[in-house]
Amino acid sequence: MSADIIVRVEGVSKKFCRDLKRSLWYGLKDTAADLLGGHSSNGLRPDEFWALDGVSLELARGECLGLIGRNGAGKTTLLKMLNGLIKPDKGRIELAGRVGALISLGAGFNPILTGRENIYVNGSVLGLTTKEIDSKLAEIIAFSEIDDFIDTPVQSYSTGMQVRLGFAVATAMQPDVLLLDEVLAVGDAAFRAKCYERLARIRDRAAFILVSHDTDQIARVCSKALVLDHGRERHLGEVEEGIRVYHDISRPRHHTSSFEQSAEGTIASIASCDDTVADGGQFTFSISLELPALVSVADVRVVFWGDDGLPAFDAYTRTQGYSLRLEEGTSKVTLTVGPLTLKRGRYAVSIAMLNRSNNLHLYWGDRIRTVEVDGPMTGAVPYTPPLTCLSITAEP
Amino acid sequence: MRDHPLTVYTPESPLRQPAKFVRDMIADLLASRELAWRLFLRDLSAQYRNSVLGYVWVFLPPLVASLPFVYLNSTGVVRMGETPIPYAAYAMVGTIIWQTFVDALNSPLRTLNAARSMLTRINFPREAILLSGLMQVGFTFLVRLVLLIAVFGAFALEPAATAPLFFVGMLSVVGTGFMIGLLLTPVGMLYSDVSHSLPIASTFLMLLTPVLYPVPASGFGAIVSALNPLTPLVTTTRDWLTTGHVAHLGGFILVSAVTVTFLVFGWVAYRLALPHLIARLGN
Repeated sequence: MSADIIVRVEGVSKKFCRDLKRSLWYGLKDTAADLLGGHSSNGLRPDEFWALDGVSLELARGECLGLIGRNGAGKTTLLKMLNGLIKPDKGRIELAGRVGALISLGAGFNPILTGRENIYVNGSVLGLTTKEIDSKLAEIIAFSEIDDFIDTPVQSYSTGMQVRLGFAVATAMQPDVLLLDEVLAVGDAAFRAKCYERLARIRDRAAFILVSHDTDQIARVCSKALVLDHGRERHLGEVEEGIRVYHDISRPRHHTSSFEQSAEGTIASIASCDDTVADGGQFTFSISLELPALVSVADVRVVFWGDDGLPAFDAYTRTQGYSLRLEEGTSKVTLTVGPLTLKRGRYAVSIAMLNRSNNLHLYWGDRIRTVEVDGPMTGAVPYTPPLTCLSITAEP
Repeated sequence: MRDHPLTVYTPESPLRQPAKFVRDMIADLLASRELAWRLFLRDLSAQYRNSVLGYVWVFLPPLVASLPFVYLNSTGVVRMGETPIPYAAYAMVGTIIWQTFVDALNSPLRTLNAARSMLTRINFPREAILLSGLMQVGFTFLVRLVLLIAVFGAFALEPAATAPLFFVGMLSVVGTGFMIGLLLTPVGMLYSDVSHSLPIASTFLMLLTPVLYPVPASGFGAIVSALNPLTPLVTTTRDWLTTGHVAHLGGFILVSAVTVTFLVFGWVAYRLALPHLIARLGN
C-alpha cells in the first residue's frame, strides 16, 4: 500500500438474509465453514440478497469521503466492514493505522455510572490506556460541555449530552481513519459546528468517512463522495455530482398535485406550464379561467419549493405593487417569472390566483408540478444570483 | 504517522494463516486485560447500585439452594447418607462449589448478551468480555468464601491440610463450567433456546451430581455418578477442603485436561464466530 492511501476497498460484497430463521442458520453454517478452514458459498442462498455488491474505493490521509444513499443502501454495512465488525463475503479491505468509529454514539455507556466513570470505560473500549485517558480527561470534559453533570449518572443525560460525550471521547483517541455514521445529526447546531471544527483540525493526519443524509453537510465537509443504491456504487468521485446522483435516486420523495381547488362559480386550471428552466431562464405558465363576474383586482402568487421542503422563492404580484384585471367569461392568463438563478435541482411549484377584494382563491394549486431547474450546483441556499466582477484596479 | 500494522479483512477463514491467527489471539488476550478489568469494575459498581440489599444477593443463591436439603435431611424425610462432616456444612460446601460452576457456565453467554450493543458497534479485543465475566465469577466466589468460613466457624470445623488445593479444584470447576458455556455461545447468541435451557439443565444436573449427597456406593445412582464427568470435579474439590481423603483424583486430572483442550477450541470457535454472529444480530 502506498504511503498516502490508508483505506483501500477492493470489490467488497456482503450478503444478508431476509428471513430471520434462515439467517441464523446461515450464520452457524458460515461459522462452521470458517472452523473447518473452508470457504463459504460465493453465491446467494435462498432468501439472501447482496446488501453490498462489488464496492471499491481508496482514501488517502487528509481526504474525507461522504457516503450517501437512501435507507438500506448499504452505508452502515460498509462502515461495519471497514471497522472489522463483520467480514466481507467477497473482496478485500486494507487499512493502515488506528481506526476510530462512531457507528453509534454512547455504545458502552452504562446508564447507572457517572459521566466520568463512563469516560474511562468508553475510552478503554476504544483502545486508550488509563494514562492516556487521565491526560485527556480535562479536554474531553471541556469539549463535551457537561462539567456540571460529569459526576451524575449518564441515564439522566439528554441524548444531546450523550452524543457530545461520545464524540469527545472518540475523537480524543486521534484515529488515522475515522468512521462517522450519522452521529452528528443529534447534537444542536452550535455543537455540530464545534464538531466540524474539531474534524477539520484532525483532518490533516486522518481520513474520514462520513455518512449523512444531509447533502449540504456532505458538500461542506467532504472532498469525495460515494453514492450507494441497493448496495451498488452509483457514483464515486466529485461531491457535487454525487449529490446530484443521490437526488436522482431519491426522486420519489418529491410529491406533486397534492391539492388543487378554485372558488365557487369559477372554473380554473393550469393550461400550460414549463417543466424545465435553463440557468437564468424564465418560468412561464398559463391559467384557463371561466369567471361568473368581473374581478377588478386579482393577484397571482408563485412559490418554488426546494428538495428540503422549504420555499426557494415567493413571487407575488401584490408585493410587487400591481394587480390583474380579469373580465367575466372565459379567458387565458399567461404569466412568467424570472430570470431564475437557482441551485440546480427539482422544485415543486405552487400557483395561486386570488381575488384581492375578498381574499378568496380563484385558483389554488399546491405543489402541482415539478420543474427541473438547471443551474450551479453549490451550497445550501437555492438562490444563486449572478456575481459579476466590475473591475480590478491596481492600488498604489 | 504512528507505527501501525496493516489491517486486512478478507472472506477467507483466518485459520488459513494459523501463525497469524495464534499471534492475534495472544495479542488480543494481552490487550484485553485492562479493558476487562475496567468492564468488571463497571459491572461491579453498577450491579448493586440500584439495589437495597446489595451484596446480599451474592450470598442468597447457595443459601437458598442448600437450606431446603438441610431441612429435609434434619427432619429425616430424605436421608442423604453418611457425610464426613455435619450435613449442613457438607451441603453448603457442595452448593458453593456448584453455584460457582453454574456462574462460570452462564458467564460467557450472559456477558456477551449484555454487551450486544457494544459488540455490534465497536471493535475492541473481544476477549475482554469473556475475561470480565471470569473476573465476576471469581469475585462472587471470593465473597461466598466468607459464607464458607462462617459455616466452618459455626460448626467448629478445621479445614483439611490439603485445603490450599481446594483453590486448584475451584480453578478446574470454573474452567470446566466456562468451557461448556463458551462452546455454547456461537449457538446460544443466535438461538435463545440455549439461554432458556441453561437454568433447567443446571438444576437437573445438580441433582445428578453428588453436590448435596455423598457419592452413592451402589445402585443406579452409583452408575450415574461414575459416568458423570462432574463427579470427580465436585468431590475432589470438596474432599481437598474437608477431609483430605481424595477418591477421584484420576478422574479429576482427566476432566481438567479435557477442559483445557476444549477451552482452547472454544476460544478459536468464539473468535471465528463473532463476525458472523454480529452480522446476523444486526444493530
